[in-house]
Order: sequence, then structure tokens, then C-alpha cells
Amino acid sequence: MKSNRLGHWLAILIGTLYFLVPLAATFEFSLRKVRGIYSFEAYRVVLADPQFQASFSFSVALAVVTIVFGMAIIVPMAYFVELRLRKLRPFIEFVTLLPLVVPAIVIVFGYLRLYNSSSLLPLTNSSLGTNFLLICGYVTLALPYMYRSIETGLRSIDVRTLTEAAESLGASSGTIIWRIILPNIRSAMLSGAFLTFAIVIGEFTFASLLNRPAFGPYLQLIGANRAYEPAALAVMAFMITWACMGIIQVVSRNTAAARH
Amino acid sequence: MVSNASPASLPRPRVPWAVVGVTPFMIFAVLFLILPTLFLVVGAFQDVSGSFTLANLGKLWTPTILSSYWISIKVSVASAVMGAVIGAFIAYAAVSGGLPRWIRPTVMTFSGVASQFAGVPLAFAFLATLGRQGLVTIFLSFLGLNIYAQGFNLLSFWGLTLTYLYFQIPLMVLIVSPAIEGIKKEWREAATILGASNWQYWRHIAGPVLLPSFLGATLLLFANAFGAIATAYALTGSSLNIVTILLYAQIRGDVLHDQNLGYAIAFGMIVITGLSNLCYILLRVRSERWLK
Repeated sequence: MKSNRLGHWLAILIGTLYFLVPLAATFEFSLRKVRGIYSFEAYRVVLADPQFQASFSFSVALAVVTIVFGMAIIVPMAYFVELRLRKLRPFIEFVTLLPLVVPAIVIVFGYLRLYNSSSLLPLTNSSLGTNFLLICGYVTLALPYMYRSIETGLRSIDVRTLTEAAESLGASSGTIIWRIILPNIRSAMLSGAFLTFAIVIGEFTFASLLNRPAFGPYLQLIGANRAYEPAALAVMAFMITWACMGIIQVVSRNTAAARH
Repeated sequence: MVSNASPASLPRPRVPWAVVGVTPFMIFAVLFLILPTLFLVVGAFQDVSGSFTLANLGKLWTPTILSSYWISIKVSVASAVMGAVIGAFIAYAAVSGGLPRWIRPTVMTFSGVASQFAGVPLAFAFLATLGRQGLVTIFLSFLGLNIYAQGFNLLSFWGLTLTYLYFQIPLMVLIVSPAIEGIKKEWREAATILGASNWQYWRHIAGPVLLPSFLGATLLLFANAFGAIATAYALTGSSLNIVTILLYAQIRGDVLHDQNLGYAIAFGMIVITGLSNLCYILLRVRSERWLK
């Protein structure tokens, strides 16, 4: 058994090195901007870049709208499918897995052909329309993750009993969703929201092909033209991912603790 | 539900709330997921005038396009298989016990983060690590090993595979851990009591139970790598001719000057990822029999 445990430690060690070495290297690289000394100059340059500020806040706004829009269509759907329309479940499962089957670049290609300026619904004609299209694209990207976390949330509470209790007290469907269901699946929704945020914030394919000034294309542009700033941006992107995942952990742990 | 209500309750006009609640999602799914995909699939079988043809699919059999599919498949298979094997070892080490308790949640948390750390920033991280000026490259040359003189190049098949492993390994850890948890201690005990060796236990009990999950997860990793573009594009520009980058260039500048050929390339990608996902689902159904 002793040698067995050694093998376990070895696997963990290799995994840890693979995870940490690139991070350490990226951080070290990002400090090299001023020749001969370590400094945070690359970070200062990036943060002071007006294009960084503009593209980053644009992507944050996109992420927020994506989360709100996605939740607004997915939560009622998941609720009613769980409650009354079980027959639809196989179809919903299929649709929510579709974004994992059809690559993002194929979906955006379809958008460009279906909603271009000479089509029936020329969404790409205005920047508002294109932004809307981009958000729809992000909702499809996030769909598998959002749906799964909401579905898990709904399954962990007794939707049917809660609904019947509320109905017998005279609550309408809207009231039930807003005041009974939502508060009960709040942590599941938060998990889905932060995962979506992590996916949307640096997304490249959709934003680039729809020509929107988002953070992903900005990252790519800096990567093609600068030496040390990309490393600084990678460190920041990693911290954002870290923060989102950390929040998800805390939220789900608190819920689990509250249930016990 | 209405029938359960007391007889005193008055019948009120019933709004079909369930239908109202599901409709927005259905409209969204049709407009922004199903129609765009169908449009490309149908377009792959049409010529410029809209009549049926197989010529577009035939045109995929040109050296440039075939080689781009081939490189994509090679990178995806290599990163999926290596990611699956290494990921399974790490998951087994973290889950199966024998190590301190804190290892498991820590591994899961870090895997959650690393599996989401992809796209353009991941390319930057690996340029800073294994690029010509990268920390590991410099460190190895101090030790007398100049990897670039040895023929290594980050902007190549192996470079891209190593980079993809950064999210493939942790993804594997996340997917396969539940299956490894499903292995019951009693199985090992029963096998040992009956005189089975460690090898026999793996060959006849744990192996066959885990195999569908393992293969299924590998297929999922394959599809995950096959559809990826941002990392490769930021890493290599358009110097590595993988199929997503070819399609990107086609959409951007219509380099092939043939709309329907673009549809055919997209269709080919859907077929490949679709097949691997289909096998994944079939294998998952099989593996769930043991995980009740």
C-alpha cells in the first residue's frame, strides 16, 4: 500500500506543477516590462489604456445582460417543464446540449448568414441589433451550464408541493415563480450566473466575427502587438476566473451547510 | 390540481401559464440555435442557385481542407487521450482515499478554475511559459537543454496539444470523479477475500465499470478541443492550419470565394463533434447502470 500512496502523491504533484508553473511563468513574464528590474509597469500601461477600459466595461455589460436575459427565459421554462411538461424534457435536454455539439464558430457563421443586412431579419444592420445578436450567442454558449445549474436547483426542492401549497393559498403563477421558486433556487442561479460571467468576459469567437469591441478581441489585438502586456492581461483574466469560481464554491457550500 | 381543490372554489378562466412560460425559450432556441445550424446544414447540400448537390462536400476532399481537418483531429485526439489518462490518475488519487482529506476539495476547486481558463489568455500564459523568452524555456536552457534548438515550437502540433492539456486535464478530473466515487470499497474487499490480485481486481471489476465513463469523457474532451479556436488563433495566428481557423478565415474574408463550401466545412465539423457526442451519450447511459 505504501507504493500505492506514493503513486497518488506523484499524480497530484504532476497535476499541481502543470497547473502552477504556467501561472508562475506568466506572472514573472508580466513583471519584465522594465529592463533589468521587476515592476508592475505592464499592469499600469494596460489599466491606463482607454481601449482596455472601454472593451472591458463593454464585456461586463454584455455578461450582465446575458445573465439576466438567459435567466429570464430559462427559469420559467425549467420550472414549467419540471412541474407540468415532463414530456418536453428529452427535447429540452437535446437543445441545451446542442451548444456543446455545434461549435461556437459554426453558430456564429449561421447568425451571419441568417441575420445579415440582406435577410428577412437584418439584425447586423445596426450596432444595437448586432449587440442583441451577440447576447443571444452568449446565451446559447452559456445555455448548457445555466440550464444544468437551474435544473439541479429545482430538483433539490419539491417544486410540486411548493406550487400546490402556494396555489391553494391563492398565489398566481407569476407570484409563485418570483416569491417562492426564485428565493429557493437562488444559489443555483448564482452559480450559473458566475459561470456565465467567466465564459462571456473573455469570449473571442462571437465578438470578433460580429465585429463588436469586446474584451476578447481586445486581448487578441494586444497579444499580436505587445510583448509583456498580454502576460499582465492573462494574470488579470485568471484572477477573474478564480474569483467567479471561488464565489460559486462559497455559495454552494453555504447552501449545503444551510440544508444540513 | 384543480380536482383536488375544495368544491367551493369557483372555476376561473384558465390561462395556460405553462405554455406561456415555455414559449420564450422555445422561440429563442429555434431562432438562435436550431435555425442557424439547420441553415448551414441545408446550405452544405445546395449550390449557388439553391438546388440540391453533393459537390460542396466533394470539394472538402482537397489537400488544404483535408489537412486542416486532419491537424484538428490529431490535436483533439492527442489532447483528449493524454488529458483523459492524466486526469483519470489525478482524479483517482484525489478521490479514492489514502491522501489527506483536504486534497480532494482543493483538487476539485483548482480543476474548476483551470478548466474554465481557456481562450486567448491561455495562449498568453503558454507563450510566457514555453515561448522563446518563456520562463521554462530559459530555465531549461540554463540546464543545458535548448528546446527550440531541439526542434520544439510552441506554434505547432505539440505546442497546441500541450496548451490544450491545461484545460483538458482538469475537465477530465471534474467529469470522471463521480464515476470513480461510484466504485464501492466492498467490491475491492470482496475481490480480495475471493483471492483476486490487484491486477485481477482492475482487469475484471473496476476497469469494466469505469471504462464507459472513461471513454465517454475522452470523447467529450475531443469535441471540446475540436471546436476550440481562440487559444489556437491567439497562439499561432493563422500559421497552424486547423479547421476552426480555416473556417474563421473563410467567414472573415471569404478566402475560398465559395459560400457553400464554407457551409460544407461547418457541416463536416458538426458531423464530427455530433458523432463523438452521440457516442458519449450512449456510453454515459451504459455507465450509469453501475452508479445508482
